[in-house]
Amino acid sequence: MALKTEEMILNMGPQHPSTHGVLRLELQLEGELIVNVVPHIGYLHRCFEKHAEAMTYPQVIPYTDRMDYLASMYNEFGYALAVEKLLNIEIPERVEYIRVIMGELQRIASHLVAIGTYGADIGAFTPFLFCFRDREKILSLYEMTCGARLLYNYIWVGGVSHDLHPDFLRLTKEFIDYFRPKITELNNLLSYNKIFIERTANVGILKKDVAVNYGITGPMLRASGMKWDLRKDDPYSVYDKFDFDIPVGDGRMGTVGDSWDRYFVRVLEMEESLKIIEQAIAQIPEGDVTSAIPKRIKPPVGQVYSRVENPRGELGYFIMSNGTPNPFRIKVRGPSFINLAVINELCKDLLVADVITILGSIDIVLGEVDR
Amino acid sequence: MIYEFFSNLFNNQVIGYIISAALPLLFFILPFVLVAVYMERKVSAHMQDRLGPMRVGWHGVLQTIADLLKLLQKEDITATANDKPLFNLAPIVVFAGSYAAFAAIPFTGAYIGSNIDLGIIYIIGATGLVVAGILMSGWASNNKYTLLGAMRAAAQIISYEIPTILVVLSLIMITGTMNLNTMSQMQTGYFWNWMILGGPGLGVTKFLLIPFMIIGFFVIYISTLAEVNRTPFDIPEAESELVSGYHTEYSGMKFSIFFLAEYANMFAVSAIVATLFFGGYQSPFGYLGNTLGAHWLVPIEQFFWFAIKGTFFVFVQMWLRWTLPRLRVDQLMAVCWKYLIPIAFVNLIIVGLITIL
Repeated sequence: MALKTEEMILNMGPQHPSTHGVLRLELQLEGELIVNVVPHIGYLHRCFEKHAEAMTYPQVIPYTDRMDYLASMYNEFGYALAVEKLLNIEIPERVEYIRVIMGELQRIASHLVAIGTYGADIGAFTPFLFCFRDREKILSLYEMTCGARLLYNYIWVGGVSHDLHPDFLRLTKEFIDYFRPKITELNNLLSYNKIFIERTANVGILKKDVAVNYGITGPMLRASGMKWDLRKDDPYSVYDKFDFDIPVGDGRMGTVGDSWDRYFVRVLEMEESLKIIEQAIAQIPEGDVTSAIPKRIKPPVGQVYSRVENPRGELGYFIMSNGTPNPFRIKVRGPSFINLAVINELCKDLLVADVITILGSIDIVLGEVDR
Repeated sequence: MIYEFFSNLFNNQVIGYIISAALPLLFFILPFVLVAVYMERKVSAHMQDRLGPMRVGWHGVLQTIADLLKLLQKEDITATANDKPLFNLAPIVVFAGSYAAFAAIPFTGAYIGSNIDLGIIYIIGATGLVVAGILMSGWASNNKYTLLGAMRAAAQIISYEIPTILVVLSLIMITGTMNLNTMSQMQTGYFWNWMILGGPGLGVTKFLLIPFMIIGFFVIYISTLAEVNRTPFDIPEAESELVSGYHTEYSGMKFSIFFLAEYANMFAVSAIVATLFFGGYQSPFGYLGNTLGAHWLVPIEQFFWFAIKGTFFVFVQMWLRWTLPRLRVDQLMAVCWKYLIPIAFVNLIIVGLITIL
């Protein structure tokens, strides 16, 4: 007769160094083996969607910043596109390019946080600070442009709040030249480290069909081998004018869709973003950036769904207008929230340490999970 | 040695015990911990493109003292659900375990706490006490994270003692002694007499031993890293998984005693590795004191070399900590049982055969 032992319930979070915010994971443990993982969310719920109903359309923008606070620029970008689609207005070419440059810089900054904190989760603290050092340079570029470092309120409906600083393009080029070798350095320090590979390869394998069934998007889906990126597959803004690749997971160190792939897709995406920024700097036209900003935003009755490829996946805005200056309903499809749902599937029969590995590789931002 | 000296000086055994027990703590370990904590901060900072502490004193040299004062003032929290006697005893046991090792480590040819012939075996036995203390703290804290951390620590430290002992055995076979002072004295002269380069002997045996000594050194260094819970084997206190492992619930002075024990332990294992393989307190190229005829200078030089070697290995530990990620529990055990123990065992047999030659 087998010895009956009692399972231990371990609450990981809401205060825990590596749940990336106020997430609570209820782990059912058999020794150190995971039997079940139940994520409990809502500790950071701020009623964004209800709040938005009481605001006028431009007033919602600062609130979108506060959802995914590591990719604020991209949240604004998505929201502005959605409202512009509802209003059906044309915006100047220069604005589109500025938005793309800002968005791709934001993608790099966001991935740097994801990669750095992932290293820290595995126990390597030095790459974390290297990543934050480089992210700091991007934040300085943002600060130069709009005065804010984290929550920008820069991309407005119909334009952007200010034109670029005269030095911005030169400094961005300098940043690109500075940053390329740093990616190699990061790879040598962390990505190809034997212990790091041991910890992440073949851990938390997400199969392509499971990923699609769960509605997973972004680097997580691409790591599972599916070439799906809205910048290519449903181009918005001026993304169709650039030449770049969509990196997918190839199971180089283990199986396709393991944690190492999810990590490495982000590293590769940073290089692709650098390519896009370079091309955008070369092509950016002169022009006015505030001319198309409507004085009063009062969309016609109707509804719209608009989606963009946020650093974490598909960020969709559903906006319903009843013809007043306030939106009747805004619903956000957040990538972090949907990607998090698969965690129980991935963590079964692994060890406690692997939960941290997998959670880090999903790269959630609790501000957007809870909204 | 030092105990006998003080007993005779005061003609009283108890005073001899007390003084010889307190000496290394006051004059070596506390200053060393102050320096080592500062060093860890500066090493990590410069590796990470930062400056580290810069405000308190010149380049932040007084930062550790400020931290110590802060720790002394902190509230000593004991939760109601803690098992109080065990909870209070645990830090003392852990520190006693790591401190006991210093009794048999020769600091210089003239200073060794107690010149016992079982030296190295005594050290391995005494540091085994640390496991008991860690288990006590993990259990008494009544916290699931500390419990997991303590279980991991116990499994890890006990497993990694085996390769350590196997390597130590091979050295005992070569030198024929377990007394660390005698072992150091055998490696006197120049650096080619160190055990890592085949020991003091001459001829074929010495050269045959060199590769196996190097393997032995790597095995024992990796195992001692695991025994003091340093990265890449810091899973008992893995901050990203278990908050901070077995000492999560401790604060104030009790926490600082754990901290003190950790750094004392780091130096103890480094000193043991230095003594076994790198001549301990012996200078690599003879003594200035002997050349000048001032023989009182020799122990001072020896202490200097001992501190340099010990600190160098502590530095390597820090270097590894800020470079490498951390292994997982099962991988950690695999490293020990699948790789280190077989390697150490084969190494032991080959070294045995060579010494018979």
